[in-house]
Amino acid sequence: MSTFLDRVFGRVGLGGVMALVAPALAVVFAGLVTSVVLLIAGHQPVEAFTSLVEYGAQPRVLVLIVNLATTYFLSAVAVAVGFRMNLFNIGVDGQYRLAALVAAAVGGAALVPGPLNIVLVVLVAMLVGALWASIAAVLKVTRGVSEVISTIMLNAIATGLTGWLLTADRLGVLSGNAIGTPPIPGDAHMPGMALIPGTPMKINGFLVVAIIVGVAYAVLLNRTRFGFNLRATGRSEPAAVASGVNVKRMVVAAMVISGASAGLIGMPELLGSSFEYSLNFPTGLGFTGIAIALLGRNNAVGMAVGALLWGFLDSSSDALQLMDISKELVDIMKGVIVLSVIIAYELVHRYRVVAAQRKVSRELAAPAETEGAAA
Amino acid sequence: MLMAAAACGGSDDKAETGASASSDAGATKGGKVGLAYDIGGRGDQSFNDAAAVGLDKAKGEFGMEAKELEASPGETDAQKEERLRLLASGGFNPIVAVGFAYSGSVKKVAAEFPDVKFAIVDDADATGPNISNLVFAEEQGSYLVGAAAALKSQKGNVGFIGGVKVPLIQKFEAGYVAGAKAVKPDIKIQVKYLSEPPEFTGFNDPAKGKTTAQGMLDAGADVVYQAAGGSGGGVFEAVKGANAMAIGVDSDQALTADKAVSDVIITSMLKKVDVAVYDFLKNYTANSLKGGETRYDLKAGGVDFSTTGGKVDDIKSQLDEYKNKIISGEITVSQTP
Repeated sequence: MSTFLDRVFGRVGLGGVMALVAPALAVVFAGLVTSVVLLIAGHQPVEAFTSLVEYGAQPRVLVLIVNLATTYFLSAVAVAVGFRMNLFNIGVDGQYRLAALVAAAVGGAALVPGPLNIVLVVLVAMLVGALWASIAAVLKVTRGVSEVISTIMLNAIATGLTGWLLTADRLGVLSGNAIGTPPIPGDAHMPGMALIPGTPMKINGFLVVAIIVGVAYAVLLNRTRFGFNLRATGRSEPAAVASGVNVKRMVVAAMVISGASAGLIGMPELLGSSFEYSLNFPTGLGFTGIAIALLGRNNAVGMAVGALLWGFLDSSSDALQLMDISKELVDIMKGVIVLSVIIAYELVHRYRVVAAQRKVSRELAAPAETEGAAA
Repeated sequence: MLMAAAACGGSDDKAETGASASSDAGATKGGKVGLAYDIGGRGDQSFNDAAAVGLDKAKGEFGMEAKELEASPGETDAQKEERLRLLASGGFNPIVAVGFAYSGSVKKVAAEFPDVKFAIVDDADATGPNISNLVFAEEQGSYLVGAAAALKSQKGNVGFIGGVKVPLIQKFEAGYVAGAKAVKPDIKIQVKYLSEPPEFTGFNDPAKGKTTAQGMLDAGADVVYQAAGGSGGGVFEAVKGANAMAIGVDSDQALTADKAVSDVIITSMLKKVDVAVYDFLKNYTANSLKGGETRYDLKAGGVDFSTTGGKVDDIKSQLDEYKNKIISGEITVSQTP
């Protein structure tokens, strides 16, 4: 049997049609709740949703949504690796910010020419993310410190550290009222892709990287021995130990993979858009990743859909404000969606348990029937 | 399309009924203003609010229509660009971006919409033929209130509380410290920031403002200057509790702060974002926009100190002397601490 927490964090999944029905129901339910909120605030829900969809369907906005989703998806994968192993890596946020800052400084120094610099920046980011995450892993395996506590604290330390590093006499360069790392030279910019017709804006080249990461994640967890050990440890540590899994090594490995993936989160922005780590660098992406991992049930495709949905919601805040609707409506929608997905999965799960029990008792009550008739 | 309505303009927009339901860019006399705020938006009791005051004044006087959009915490530059594009493509002209965070986005979007006039507050880096940069000499105004603090302090110990440790707020610190030291070279100055980037909560955390000010007062300060946006209210509360003196920021806070604590505010460093926004909109309406940088310093009256309540009347002549020296160039104030 699975525990409630196993189900919440998506360590056990629903199979078949139900895996699609549950989240769809949740989104519909969230739409209803949002409509009620809109009505209370004196707006027309149908009108509001129609204009949001119209806005979101414009080529320019589609590009923005896909680019946001690329970043969100990478963040969700970083979180999901931990979830599958029963590790709650809340430190993804600090890991990606620190990684992006150090990588930006290395990239800005232009130690190697052209595309090599891109590779170097990405590797540095993954390394820094992995190292920062491994602090929590080492504390857990040697001293038994809960990773929830240590990663939250490491987030605060990362904030202090990036603040200290991003000053004019260290890694930062002052320009007007803004401060940032030296810009990464033009030959090391990730090229964009003009995938969506009707707009000169380009899809971030890291979309390809995100897809590769998604496939690698699915294969690693579902098709390798390492992935099996990781999932087994997540479901039951004693059982994993009994079958010969070195749990401590798994904890370190999972945190390092999670941290290295976290290092990638800042890369689409750094190498595809801002080319520097400045005061304007996006924050809080690690927490977005937690929401999307929950939403997508740690499933690569599910998380991709969740990331796109989040990208759409985030980009719609300006369109809402144009209609004189408070942008906080987006937060209400996000919150309701996450909650209702969890509740929908739980309800469907319980319904299935009850249905299975009924089926068993029906079969027991009618032992005389042949197999074919029972079916 | 609505040419007639556009041509006769003059009437206020309420008079135009059903016939002109569709929103035509030229339908309003003064044009449709798009305002993009930084995080916090209208109602932040600080910088965004100051811009809103300027907008409201211009709306009333020039019969302008306006839409105000607000940033979300942690967003990317692409989202800021999209906000400006949405306004520009929706027929909004002119567009005002509040805060240096919009620097890169204004530069990019202004190039895409050469016919739309843009203004950006607090940034001189985004330059272009259709961009007006509205910047302030915060260090000059802060120098004057620093001198006031030193003149008023009986213990020879004053404090500075900054919201977030960013270069912009460090300009306030630099001026304040220089002004206090000009009066009394051996004065003790305590400097604290409520948060460090990328954590921007320091601009909106009155509780932290209060405990930080409390700490400074306990350590012997008797005048505290706050440049902490929405956290300033907490600073005033602590100062009131200790019966000390406070210095406000941005607007004349002896008038705008909570009445229960406003009597501790001896003066405020005025940063007239409202005047800058109003001037920009006025010039737009009069077709006399020049673009480029407008520096609101002491000379231009863009920064100043307030005298509401009469608590600095006894030292006003000394402060005016410093002011004249800065205006004449005899004193130059550093922008970095």
